[in-house]
Amino acid sequence: MTIDISQFHQVFFEESFEGLEIMESGLLNMDPGEVDAEEINAIFRAAHSIKGGSATFGFNDIAAFTHIMETLLDEMRDGRRQVTDKALEVLLRSVDVLREMLTASNGSGGLDEGLVKGQLQELEAVLNDRSDEPASGSDSDAGAVSTAREVIGWHLVFRPLPRMMQTGNDPLRILRELASLGDMEVEGDISLLPVFAQFDPEECYLSWNIHLKAGVDRLQIDEVFDWVEDECDLAVIPLYADARELIAAGEPAKDIIADLPSTMTVAEEPNRPDRRKNSDRRKADRRVEQRRASAAPASSSIRVDITKIDALINMVGELVITQSMLSMLSGNFHMGQVDRLRDGLAQLERHTREMQESVMQIRMLPISFTFSRFPRLVHDLSTQMGKKIELRMSGENTEVDKTVIEKIGDPLVHLVRNSLDHGIEMPDQRVAAGKPETGVVELNAFHNGGSIVIEIRDDGKGLDSDRIRRKAIEKGLIEESAKMSDQQLHELIFQPGFSTADKVNDLSGRGVGMDVVRRNINELGGNIEIESESGRGSAIIIRLPLTLAILDGQIISVGDEIYIVPLISIIESLQVRPDGINLVAGRGEVFKLRDEYLPVVRLHEVFGIEGNRAQDLKDGLLVVVEGDGRRCGILVDDLIGQQQVVIKSLEANYGRVEGVSGATILGDGSVALILDIPGIMRLTNQLPELQLVKRTA
Amino acid sequence: MASILAVDDSASMRQMVAFTLKGAGHQVIEASDGVEALQYARRQGVNLVITDVNMPNMDGISLIKALRSLPSYKFTPLLMLTTESSPEKKQQGKAAGATGWIVKPFNPEQLLNTINKVLG
Repeated sequence: MTIDISQFHQVFFEESFEGLEIMESGLLNMDPGEVDAEEINAIFRAAHSIKGGSATFGFNDIAAFTHIMETLLDEMRDGRRQVTDKALEVLLRSVDVLREMLTASNGSGGLDEGLVKGQLQELEAVLNDRSDEPASGSDSDAGAVSTAREVIGWHLVFRPLPRMMQTGNDPLRILRELASLGDMEVEGDISLLPVFAQFDPEECYLSWNIHLKAGVDRLQIDEVFDWVEDECDLAVIPLYADARELIAAGEPAKDIIADLPSTMTVAEEPNRPDRRKNSDRRKADRRVEQRRASAAPASSSIRVDITKIDALINMVGELVITQSMLSMLSGNFHMGQVDRLRDGLAQLERHTREMQESVMQIRMLPISFTFSRFPRLVHDLSTQMGKKIELRMSGENTEVDKTVIEKIGDPLVHLVRNSLDHGIEMPDQRVAAGKPETGVVELNAFHNGGSIVIEIRDDGKGLDSDRIRRKAIEKGLIEESAKMSDQQLHELIFQPGFSTADKVNDLSGRGVGMDVVRRNINELGGNIEIESESGRGSAIIIRLPLTLAILDGQIISVGDEIYIVPLISIIESLQVRPDGINLVAGRGEVFKLRDEYLPVVRLHEVFGIEGNRAQDLKDGLLVVVEGDGRRCGILVDDLIGQQQVVIKSLEANYGRVEGVSGATILGDGSVALILDIPGIMRLTNQLPELQLVKRTA
Repeated sequence: MASILAVDDSASMRQMVAFTLKGAGHQVIEASDGVEALQYARRQGVNLVITDVNMPNMDGISLIKALRSLPSYKFTPLLMLTTESSPEKKQQGKAAGATGWIVKPFNPEQLLNTINKVLG
C-alpha cells in the first residue's frame, strides 16, 4: 500500500505557522534570567512538533534547522542553560528564518539560502557558547573494523525477564519477526518454570535458544529486539562459515556463551557504518520528494471551528424539513391551505437567512490572526529606534472575513509603523512635553453597526497641519490661498505622492504611501479616516464591511436601469431645489449641503443612459455618498429599497468596468450592477469637459 | 481489524497516522492530548495506543504510565512516537510501561509494518 503523504502537507503548514506564532509570542514574553516553565515548555513543544512534522513530511532542511532550536530550548527548559537576551534574540530571528523556510517549502516565494546558513551558524554559536563543556563526541563507532569473515547465521539465547509481557510485548511476536528473517530452529527452555502454586499468569517463565540460519545483518536482529532490550537477557553470537562444523556437531550453544554477562553485550559488528549510509540515501530521496512537493501549487484552505460546521448542518436539516413540508403541501393544494403555505414560506425564508449567516460565519476568522504579529513588530522597532512604546490591543477576537485577514495585514503594518516612527516621540521629548516617557499605541477592533472598525491610536505628537500645508503647496496639491480646515489638511496625506517624512528611513517612506493604504482598504469595500490633534496623538479609523460576499445595498433606478449603492457609503438622500445649485469653474455643478459644497454626479451621464426621468434636478433625488474621503451627490430617478445582495464578481465573468465593483442578481432574476463610489468619483474627475458641455447645453 | 487510539497534538501527524491505519482497515480514534486519550481509554477499550511524547496537558509518558496502571490495559501494546534524538525518552517510556516506539520520521509503510507486527 502506498500512501501519498503530500495530502497532509497543507495541514502541516497551517499548524507549523500556528506553532511559529506560539514560539514568537512566547519568546517575546520571556524575561532573560527568568524561566517560566509553562511558557518555555509551550515554545519547546511547538518547535518539537514542527521538527517532527517536517521530518515526516520530507522537509529535511526545516527539520535540521528546528532541531538546533529545539536543542537550545531543551537546555533552557531543563535549566542547563541561562536564558539570555542574546539567546532570545537569536531564537526570535530563527523563528523568522523558519517562517521563510516554511513559506518557501509551501511553494510561495523563494528562499535565501545564505540567510538560513547564517542563522544556523548563529544558532550553533549560541549553542556552543559554553567553554567548560567539551564538544560532544558525535560518532564513537568509527573504530569498528571488519574482519572479513562471512557470517552464515546467528545463535541467539533469548530469555525474557518475567515482567516483559507487562509492557505489552509478546515473546511470540519477537519469534515471529525473527522467523521473517530466515529459516530458524527454536528450542524452548522450560527450566525456569516455577511449581504450579507459584505460577503467575502475568509473568514469562519461558526462554528460547534460537538458531537462525541466515547471514542477515546484525542490525536486523537488533531491530527485532529493540523494544525489549531492557526486558530480556539476550546473547547474539555470529556463526562463521569456518565454524560450520561446530554447529553441525551439535555443540550446545549454551557453553559458548556461558561466560557472557547476562545482559546483552556482544562485540560491535562491522555493519554500523551502513546505518549512516542508509540514512544518507534516505535523505537524498527525501530531498527529491521535497522538491517535487514544493513545486505543487499551494492551495488555500480554511480551518473552521467545528461548532460552526455543526450549526450549518443543523440548519440544512431544518431546511430539508421545511422543503419536504412545502412539497407535501403542494401535492394536493387547495385554497384553504393558503395560511399554511404562507407559514411554510416564511419558515423557508427564515431558514435560508440563517443558513446564509452560518455559511458566512465559516469565512470569519478572529482578527488576532493579523494582530498577533504586532507585539513582535513593536518590540523590534521600538528597540531599534530607542523609543519606549507600549502596545495595547483589544478586540482580538472580533471576527472578520478571511479575505480581510489576508489583505489587511500589510496596510496595518504600515499604519502601525507610521505611528511608531512619526507619531510617538523620543522619550526625552515626551518628558519635555509633560507626557509619560512610554508612548502608547493602541490597536482596537470592534463591531459597529454593520461594519467592523479597526483603530490604530497613538498618544504621540499628532499630525503637523502647518507642515502638511507647506508640503501640499510645494507639491502643487493645493493653492497657496486655499482655506482648509485641519480635517481637510489631514485628508491630504492620503494623496498619491504625499509624504512629509524629511528623510526616507528603514521604517516608513519606503514608497508605500498612505494612498496605497487607502486603496487597499477601498478594495476591501471599506474606508479609512484620520483624526489627529497636534501634541495629543492621532487615530486612524478603518471601517470594513462585515463580509465581502454580501453587502447591504440601496437599490436605485435611473431610467430602466437598476443599480445598487453600497449602504456603507451613503450619508443621506435628499431632494434639492434647483436654486440650491451653483456652477463653479472647474468643478461643474455643486450644491450646498449645510456648510459644504458638493459636486453633483448625474449617473445617467456617467453611464450614458437614455430615457431617464430626472433630467432636471428637481425631478430626481440626490444620494449623498462618500468615498476616498470625498463626498458628492449622485442624481438618480428613484430610491427603490434596501436589500442585502450577494456580490458576484464582474471581473471573473466579464471584465473590469470602472465605476462598477460587481454585480448581483435581484429577486426577479434580473442583474443589477453595484456601484463603486470612489471609482465613479474618479470617472467624473477625468471628464470635466463633459460635465461642462452638458451644463451649458 | 483492531481499534487503535492515535494521540498527537499535531493534527497533521494525527491525520497521517489515522489515514494510514484506516486504509489498512483499522478503526482509529483520535485524541489531541493525554487527557483526552485517557478519558476515552477509560470509557472504551482499545487494542493498541500510539501516542506522541511531547503534548500539552498530559504528555505521552504520563499517558502510558496512567494507561498501564489500568487493569484493562495491563497487556495492551502502547507505542510512542519519538524522535531519534531522544534515547532518554525511550528509556522513560519503557520505565512507564511502553511496549515500544516508532521513530520519527517514519513513513506510512513503516508505520503499518510496525503495527502489523504488534497486532500479530
